[in-house]
Formats: sequence, C-alpha cells, structure tokens
Amino acid sequence: MNFDPRYSARSFNSVGTRPIRPDGVDKVTGRARYGADFNMAGQLVGRILRSPHAHARIRKIDTSKAQMLAGVKAVITAADLPDLTDGDAAMYDILDNCMARKKALYDGHAVAAVAAVDARTARQALKLIEVDYEVLPHVTDVDEAMKHSAPVLNDSIFTEGVEPRPAKPSNISKRSQFGHGDTEEGFRHADKIVERSFRTEQTHQGYIEPHACVASVSSDGTADLWVCTQGHFVYRQHCAQLLGMEASKLRVTSSEIGGGFGGKTHVWAEPVALALSRKAGRPVKLVMTRDEVFRASGPTSATSIDVRIGARKDGTITAAEATLRYSCGPFAGTWAEVGAMTAFACYRLENVKTIGHEVLVNRPKTAAYRAPSAPMAAFAVESVIDELAKEIGMDPVDFRIRNAAQEGTRSSYGPVYGPIGIGPTLEAVKNHPHMKAPLSRNQGRGMACGFWFNFGGQTCTDLNIGADGSVSLAVGTIDVGGSRASLSLIAAEELGIAYEQVKAVVADTSSLGYNDMTDGSRGTFSTSMATISAARNAIKTLRERAAQMWDISADDVAWEKGHAVAKGGKHGNLGKLSLKEIAAASGTTGGPIAGHSELVADGAGVSFATHICDIEVDPETGATRVLRYTVVQDAGKAVHPTYVEGQYQGGAAQGIGWALNEEYIYGKDGRLQNPGFLDYRIPVCSDLPMIDTQILEIPNPNHPYGVRGVGETSIVPPLAAIANALSNAAGVRMTHIPMSPPRVLAAIEAKQAG
Amino acid sequence: MVEVTLWGALGAAAGGKSKIDVEAKDIRELFRKLAEQYPGLEPHIERGIAVAIDGVIYRDTWSKELPQGSEIFLLPRLVGG
Repeated sequence: MNFDPRYSARSFNSVGTRPIRPDGVDKVTGRARYGADFNMAGQLVGRILRSPHAHARIRKIDTSKAQMLAGVKAVITAADLPDLTDGDAAMYDILDNCMARKKALYDGHAVAAVAAVDARTARQALKLIEVDYEVLPHVTDVDEAMKHSAPVLNDSIFTEGVEPRPAKPSNISKRSQFGHGDTEEGFRHADKIVERSFRTEQTHQGYIEPHACVASVSSDGTADLWVCTQGHFVYRQHCAQLLGMEASKLRVTSSEIGGGFGGKTHVWAEPVALALSRKAGRPVKLVMTRDEVFRASGPTSATSIDVRIGARKDGTITAAEATLRYSCGPFAGTWAEVGAMTAFACYRLENVKTIGHEVLVNRPKTAAYRAPSAPMAAFAVESVIDELAKEIGMDPVDFRIRNAAQEGTRSSYGPVYGPIGIGPTLEAVKNHPHMKAPLSRNQGRGMACGFWFNFGGQTCTDLNIGADGSVSLAVGTIDVGGSRASLSLIAAEELGIAYEQVKAVVADTSSLGYNDMTDGSRGTFSTSMATISAARNAIKTLRERAAQMWDISADDVAWEKGHAVAKGGKHGNLGKLSLKEIAAASGTTGGPIAGHSELVADGAGVSFATHICDIEVDPETGATRVLRYTVVQDAGKAVHPTYVEGQYQGGAAQGIGWALNEEYIYGKDGRLQNPGFLDYRIPVCSDLPMIDTQILEIPNPNHPYGVRGVGETSIVPPLAAIANALSNAAGVRMTHIPMSPPRVLAAIEAKQAG
Repeated sequence: MVEVTLWGALGAAAGGKSKIDVEAKDIRELFRKLAEQYPGLEPHIERGIAVAIDGVIYRDTWSKELPQGSEIFLLPRLVGG
C-alpha cells in the first residue's frame, strides 16, 4: 500500500453535506432488487428439512420416496456436502451448521434439502424424507449448560485457556481473561462496593429481509450466485471452499440488503442452494421463511454476567471485576471474550479483571449482532456504575466523567488509548437540554455509556472517468447503511467535482479484487480510504493528460477544484482544463482515465457513545414506554451526517427493542416457541419517540479525513440507559433483559410487598 | 528489540509469560519469531491475532513497523456486526 492514511485538518466542499440518497427512489418505488427479487429461466424452488429436535443423533436419512416424487429434481443431505475444510475448525462448523452431519444440534438444524419445480412439490418432498433420529438430552440455558450434570454437546471440546487442560470434555469451549492491576487490593481501598448478577436473553438481529439467493451451477463447473449478504467476497470464499470450487469460477453478485447487522456475515443456506443446483443441473432459488430465519440463523448470545465494582467516597473507582458467560449455540465461539474486552472499556481503572466463558447450548449458531457482545456487558457494568454513583451520593454523569478513560489511559483490554471521545460525549450529555427537562410521576431518566472497537480491513476500489466527465465508482463493500452516497461524496471531494457527477455501485466478485465484508463499522471507513487513494491516482493521470494537451511537463500541472492548472510564470497564458474537458479528449491522449486502489485499512479508531433516555412505567401493568431518547456519539468526521444520524437512531431503536421486548423463548422440549414477528416483537415506529442525535467529531488520526466507523456503537448503551431510567422511575433495579411487562410488574410488586 | 504484551489466554500458550522480548522490525517478523520461539502460539497466529501499536489496532497490515520503545500489545482478532 503506497498511501498515507494520516489525518490532516482541512476544509470540505462535499463531505459533510446531506445530498439525497442515490438508492432512495428505487427503494421507495419497489424497483430495488433484494435477494428474493432475482429470478432465472428454468429455476427450481429449494426447500430445507429441519430438525424438530433440540439434540438428536441422525441414525439414517431415507430420501428415496422424495426422489421418486414427480417434479423433484434433486435431494441432498450432508453426503452431498462432504468435508473439504482441511482441518479449518471454523469452516467445519459453518459446514455442519449448513447441513447437519452426525447430530442435529438445535431445533431447526438443517438435515436435508430438495429442489423441485414449484414450492408445493418441494414441501411435499420434504414430508417424504424419513429421518431416523435418536433423541438426546438437551440444554438451552447458558448457566445450566455449565453444570457438570449437563448433557455434553460435543465430546471433543475441552475448555481452551485453562491450565492444565481439563481431563473431561464440557460445554465450556473457552475461558479468556483480561485486565491489569490487583483487584482484591483495589477493593480493600473501596468505601462502597456494589455487586450484582445479570441475565440477558437471546435476541435476533431482526433484519426484515430473510436470507435469499439464486444459485446456478453450469455443467462446465462455473457458477453464479445472486445473494443478500454483507460480504459477497466472503460468501464466495466460503462457498468455493465448501463445494470444492475454484473461487474465480464462482461469481457472486450481491443484492440490495434489507438489514444484516452481523447476521449475514457468513453463509447459511447458500452452499445448500449451490449443491442443489449442481445436482439438478438447473438454477435453484432458496428463500428462508421467517420461521427459518429465527430458528436457524442469526441470534446473538444469551448471557449471564456477574459484576463487582468498588469506589472511594470521592468518586474514584478502585477496582472492577466481571465474569461473563455467553452462549455460542452448539459451536465454539469467542463471544464472551469480546464481552470481556469491552465491559470496562469506557473507564480509567487501576485494577480491573474480566473473565469470559464461551458456553455451548442447543440453540442456533450464535452470529455477530451489531457491536457483538458489547451491549450485554455494558448493561451489567453500566447498571452497577449507576447504582454505585447513588451509593456514594454522586451524580451518575459526574461519576462517569471522573472515571472516564482518556488519551493515555491503559484500556481494560490492554493497550493504551490514543485520542478518544468518551469524555467529550459525557460532557455533551451533562450540558444537553435533555438532562434538564422536567419529568412527571412514574417517569424516570437514565443514561449510560458504550464502546466499540471498529475495524478496517482489505479493500479494493475502481474509479472510472467516462468521456463525458461522469465518474463511476466501483466498490466491493456492501452498502448496508448509505455508503454509496458517502463514497460518492468522498470521490467528489477529492476530484473537486459535483456529487451528482459520481455514481457508486457495488461490483460483483469477478469485477473487482477481494474485499472484506461490511462488518465492524468498516464500510465507509475503509472504502473511503480506498476511494481517496483511487481518486488521487486518477488525478495523477488527469494531470498527465492535461500536460499532453498543453504540451508541457506534468510536473508543471496541479489539480485545483476539479481543474488542471498550469503552474509557473512560463505557462501564465494557459487557462484551466476541467475534468470534463480532459475526459472528452481522453480517446486521443492515451485512452480511458481511471484510478485504482487496493489497500488494507487499519487503525480504525475506537468509538464511544453516551445515551440519555426518559421512560414512563405503568405501575399496574409493568409496561414501559420510551418518551424521549438522545444519542451522543463521536463520528470522527461525519461524511454524510444524515446517514450518521440514521445509524445512531437505528442502533438505539434496536437496543430499545432488546431492552424491553425481544427474547427467544424455548420450551422444555428445547423448541423455539416464538419464531415470528407476532410473538417476537421488535419495536415499530409507534413504539418509539423521535430519537435525537448529537454528532461529535474527534478526528481519527489514522484516516485522511478523520473518519471513524459509526454503525455499531449506538446499540451498546440502550439496555443500561433504559434499566437506569426504570430504576429512577419505579425504584426497582432490573437485572434481567428484556425488561418486559411481566418482569417489571413482578419487580414492582416485590418491592411493594417489602 | 521490542517488548510484546500478551493477553491472558495467549500467555498460557507461551508458557505462562505475559511479556516477551522479541527482535523484530515489523508485525510479519514478530509473528514469525513468536511462532519459532513459542510453538504453542502458532495456532493462535493462524487463527488471527491483532497487534496494537501504541494503542492503534492493526489486524492485517503485517508490514507495519514496530518502533523502538513503542507499546506492542497482542489481542484476539475480533469479529464485527
């Protein structure tokens, strides 16, 4: 990478403005094409047979009757997806999750699939598949799964991170630990210590668009996949590896995406669709139902967390500890590890220790969900922080300001911070008018802080200038939140042209070099860096072409406000050449003009937010309503402020749903009881107030414009902010998420009963 | 020579050490020498390790130089949503 990413202060013409979104008209008129909107001539309908058992050994699968049904063109089982993962444990888990091999590990686990001429025939065929199960004892609760008496899901799992290695397998796949100092010594210096245990139930990302794809495998071994995904290059790698294909022979084209939030970062049904197409010799369309989305994709961890924090009367935290237990579904993960890293990241602590336990349960494979693992840890920590502030008689904002991390602080997960925004967000909250607004009876105000790392990653971008002077920007990161508009603004800024002259598209995997997926709030951060680099390369060519047109040296040509300008007194009579004029002459000055960039965008810069919320509790029903909500977050530099505000609002809305309503409910039989939006209720517009936002801009030193990722952090504080507001409104400390009406009512009644 | 700090679980794979001195000019050389000197670390490196240099986290830029006197901290390679 020959590109200097360091920040330098500058003024902007395009960046920071709010043009109309380029994908808006298509989306509101229904022209935008999502995963299920793509069709091919002769395509078949794919359907998946799923386990009705939470835990069962698969003795035998008889597909003969299904294969004999008229209209059925292919039936597959795990035998059609042999293990080609070559010892890659993470990929093997993805393969096993796509199609169960020896055991069904959760209610909804795929065990077979069919491709038929229509949906009715496909459904009939599924009923004709005979699976001989040996039902096994199951465990779905994270704490129960850790007990010695719990059924062990995988007898090859011996807890990693424990010395000596355990002699017996267990459901605890890994133990991790972070921190510094001596917490016991720190607690000895505390005047007050608050210690509590918390639980959060499992939630789904709740993306409106189900997983959907069309797969077409040709007889020559090449294949196409049209799919809704957060990372089409990653899907290409996964599918190619699992099906034994060369990556270059599989072209993956991404659709528009109706939400992903981490749930579309690895394959679920796409290898199944490709395997069906390969066997049938025809294209196969596979679209999950909502029931399947809930039972077999997505969810985040259920958790059980203990927190202990001590402070002196002057408000200084002397020690902090947390033990975090996160469910992973039936496959090993690192979810508790991330929770352990993020739990105390907002604070300047001399003595801190966090321990994470990854726990296997008979639930769907846990997937990333927007700042994965951080909201649950923040719920527990920020609840105790609030309670401790009260115990020592300090305002909760002042208490946090006193202990906030700052530049030079050793983070609780290890490294020392550079310039960060937690302090400024707290100061902004302290001075926000929201904090002074009056409250009525049964109403309460709460606030909380949140942290997320943000990533960069591998990125490749092409910028092509047409002969008419319009600019095509081809990027390889999926636009999940408006990045096409932001990246067009960036290209316009660098080239010195109007935003309307730039059109950004997401290119398919055969048209551009590899890109990591859009996760870790990296889309605009990393692809803007590549776009700046590509534009600067194009400008170099534009200067050379102008030099040709003028018959002078390119060293004497500068680029200013979208024009080539001849420098020096000897060229004083030359006027400016616009980008359009240079582009119009490109056919005779060397051909098309383009800029390309491939780079690794590292140094994403960590992100902090502080939220305020007002709620009202109905003491007769326990129902909680959010009255007012404010998000204050550091964006580094807001490229398109409306989209940044949209990310802040979207994260807060998801967090509010998580806090108050959403949860996976399992029966004693280990089956999911509420796999639909009627019984698993995400918030709708009428449930929410207008979510106010305040963007802070503390430049990231590792991006030319100072950009930080903004997509994830805003989901971190809401759980605790609402719990703290509820504590102030009703005088009850809620320790179990969601704070649904029955739980809140029970807490109020318990308090009244004394 | 740079001093490298390991997070808890990684320290266990390096014989219980939390800090290691390594003669390395960049991340690539650091990983190579860590794998040579502490074979228990190799599977962790293959799975993915991030390197924080003076607080800035690098996941993929293995050519990044390790300045003398800088704080080098190894972290798990994280996933995002």
